[in-house]
Amino acid sequence: MDLVLSKESIDNIISALDEDVLRAGADCVLLVDRSGNLIVNRGDPANLDVVALAALSAANFGATAEIAKLIGEDDFALLFHKGKNENIHFTKVGKGFILITLFGKDVSLGLIRLNTARVTDTLIPILGGEL
Amino acid sequence: MSFIDLSKNEVQCKIVFYGPGRGGKTTNLLYLHQAMTDSVRGKMVTIDTKGDRTLFFDFLPLALGQIQGLSIKIQLYTVPGQVMYNATRKLVLKGVDGIVFVADSLKVQKEKNIESLENLRQNLAEDNVDIKEIPLVLQYNKRDLGGSNIPILSVEEMQEDLNKELQVPWFSGSALKGDGVFETLREISKGTVKYVSRKLLSR
Ligand SMILES: Nc1nc2c(ncn2[C@@H]2O[C@H](COP(=O)(O)OP(=O)(O)OP(=O)(O)O)[C@@H](O)[C@H]2O)c(=O)[nH]1
Ligand SMILES: [Mg+2]
Repeated sequence: MDLVLSKESIDNIISALDEDVLRAGADCVLLVDRSGNLIVNRGDPANLDVVALAALSAANFGATAEIAKLIGEDDFALLFHKGKNENIHFTKVGKGFILITLFGKDVSLGLIRLNTARVTDTLIPILGGEL
Repeated sequence: MSFIDLSKNEVQCKIVFYGPGRGGKTTNLLYLHQAMTDSVRGKMVTIDTKGDRTLFFDFLPLALGQIQGLSIKIQLYTVPGQVMYNATRKLVLKGVDGIVFVADSLKVQKEKNIESLENLRQNLAEDNVDIKEIPLVLQYNKRDLGGSNIPILSVEEMQEDLNKELQVPWFSGSALKGDGVFETLREISKGTVKYVSRKLLSR
């Protein structure tokens, strides 16, 4: 179950993330796999430890999936944490990946939801085609 | 699950330190973290500890340089060793590419070592991973206590208990003093990169 991505696939992921997520006003967007590997990160993650963020998000998502099972759900499709200035939004991408979006208080959650849902549809074939 | 990025010629692998509670998994990572230069190590993350017991996991990313033109990024994780945290152990094991089993040399921990190795075998099997297939290295930790008045297991006895069937590489060590820690890391990294690239070539 290893993932190998060509330069072309990486480029396609990057342009999808830039067009759909960063253009919607997100500060930063990361695609990670559920074992914690960082696949791609875009935006301006100055001072942000993206490697640690990838590992912690994968674990957080895994823990939440276990909670979902306890209450009779399969999984939660998205998670959202609201901060004072910065918010973080996690969306499931297929079975094996998570999209993490960071955005400020001036950006609407609805827009982020809409655009991450759209980009998810673009990403699944790129990732799934090579699983 | 390893990830290979051909646009950067980079491979990322996940190595998990497993073993009974208080065996020295976190101490291994702490030693590596303080012994490595900034160019090699990333930030160590330790979440949710209560005293010195791990409740979720520790995490240490390392950049180990180049092998055959591929740059190697390794993520080290520890699991909580205490028996009751099995759900968390399974979670951390997700997508593992290589394992270090840290066994405790204390005589009173003899059964705990055996149980923990059996628990590892089971958890891997549930994810369709065969313990005999995945790279695995044993570390017999706390050898510095030899000669003290605390009874410890002989290396022969630990080999008999844990490695008779598996026949994997093993090291005596002291995570507290740093003995055997780099040797363990080198062996598991080598094995894991080989394993990942072999899987790749057979695709
Ligand atoms: N003498 C000696 N003590 C050690 C050694 N390695 C670890 N210890 C001590 O053993 C205790 C437990 O070590 P940890 O590294 O926290 O053990 P752990 O495997 O992470 O334990 P859990 O998180 O509960 O699974 C600590 O007090 C360490 O200082 C060693 O090589 N020699
Ligand atoms: Mg620990």
